[in-house]
Amino acid sequence: MKIAILGMGAVGRGLLEMVDQKNLGLVVTGIADSKSALMDKDGIHIEEVLEAKREHGFCGDKSLSAMDIILHGDYDALVEVTPTNAMTGEPALSFIKAALERGKHVVTSNKGPIAREYSMLQSLADQHGVQVRYEATVGGAIPVMHALKHGLAGNRILAILGILNGTCNYILTRMAAEGLTYEQALMEAREMGYAEADPTYDVKGIDTAIKLVILSNAIWGGNTVLEDVDITGIDSLTTDALRLAEEQNCTIRLVAEAVPQKRILRVAPRILPWTHPLVVEGSLNAISIKTDMAGEITLIGKGAGSVETASAIIGDLIFIRDSHAGRH
Amino acid sequence: MKLEMKDAPGQLVAALKPISEIGGNIIAVIHQRDEKSVGDVLGVQIVLKIQESRLNTLIEQIKSQGVNVVRIGKERLLYTQTVIIIGHIMHTDLGDTVDRIDCTGYAEVTELNLVMPAINEPSSARIVIRAVNRENMDQAMDILRSVAREKKLLIIEPLGEIQ
Repeated sequence: MKIAILGMGAVGRGLLEMVDQKNLGLVVTGIADSKSALMDKDGIHIEEVLEAKREHGFCGDKSLSAMDIILHGDYDALVEVTPTNAMTGEPALSFIKAALERGKHVVTSNKGPIAREYSMLQSLADQHGVQVRYEATVGGAIPVMHALKHGLAGNRILAILGILNGTCNYILTRMAAEGLTYEQALMEAREMGYAEADPTYDVKGIDTAIKLVILSNAIWGGNTVLEDVDITGIDSLTTDALRLAEEQNCTIRLVAEAVPQKRILRVAPRILPWTHPLVVEGSLNAISIKTDMAGEITLIGKGAGSVETASAIIGDLIFIRDSHAGRH
Repeated sequence: MKLEMKDAPGQLVAALKPISEIGGNIIAVIHQRDEKSVGDVLGVQIVLKIQESRLNTLIEQIKSQGVNVVRIGKERLLYTQTVIIIGHIMHTDLGDTVDRIDCTGYAEVTELNLVMPAINEPSSARIVIRAVNRENMDQAMDILRSVAREKKLLIIEPLGEIQ
């Protein structure tokens, strides 16, 4: 299967390395970063491109753009891994639309467009007989979308609960374990590379809420948007609060919760017993799915990282290839 | 409730029968064959759920079976929930916050642990709320949420059972 990759940040580079190292039958025929692009219908030499990016800061021909690849490249699936804009979804949204309109499959790790325009993108994909897949948008390496759409097919999903932000979980883990203040734990998370320079999206619960919107739309359809989520972050938590929880053999975690029957859609710090399956350590993510037939299922795994995200993207690509095998 | 009855066949059934007849729900039955029970008297503790208005009728019926009711301990508020509150808890009138729950009649704040680190810094408190039933607990939580919004307090709720 021929793929074109937009975005050469940590995720794009991690994906290229894995595609290069592992013999998966994926041929990269187009690559674009924010400044340049290149294409070759016979397959791009990945090592050379990664080397060029390291040395010059861009990957190819500056007279070519991402849109040139999308509209004129020779590929079966577009991999869209450009930076997220949670509010507009752009420019990723336009990229994805253009590829779907050309009848190309799309795999993305980009939360913006999926959280904003899921139903539009899905119906565009349906119209053109292609797939849009977004496993990497929620829970990093955890195959939660596969579990929901395939493994649990036929089940009614009653509720979903999740620890969806590694930065928050790391901060809360450290506050509980070492009695650090919120500010100290945040500083440590930054030093460890778990928190960005501007951690607002993470600690205010917005990143978690965006992922909850994506899960909610994927499971129950509908047009849920970020504004529908009742959001409380972790930035005003005190060490005392964690200690008061600890005295009851409990701790505090930032939990995303969707229970449609009760009209609950919220992100908030919650008290959980230490033995609760959602209480995971450090930057891990965890997702509990409550169903009518399968009962409760909890998935735990790494919620971020370039190779972990590549795992989710490659899973989507191979699923598309296998489900369309023999049709062309 | 604690009962005393003859240690003879059929006595326990005779004591339990009125409970189900009157619409009570037996949660546990505990036999006590300790040294204190003299002769042929058997002590039994029964934990049950019953509407308060039917309690006197039940006691009469049990007594009419020849069983002695020794002691009745009532626990009216069966549902418990622990909540942590962060913010300027004292300066936003803690007494009023507690009263708003207590005055409902169906829920009470029964425990309070307060930590006040320094002046002008937010305090943290763990409170235990008890309510008559689950529905009342939800109502009490709604009240607490609106008080928290009004007083700019952060409430951390437990992750409850998914129903």
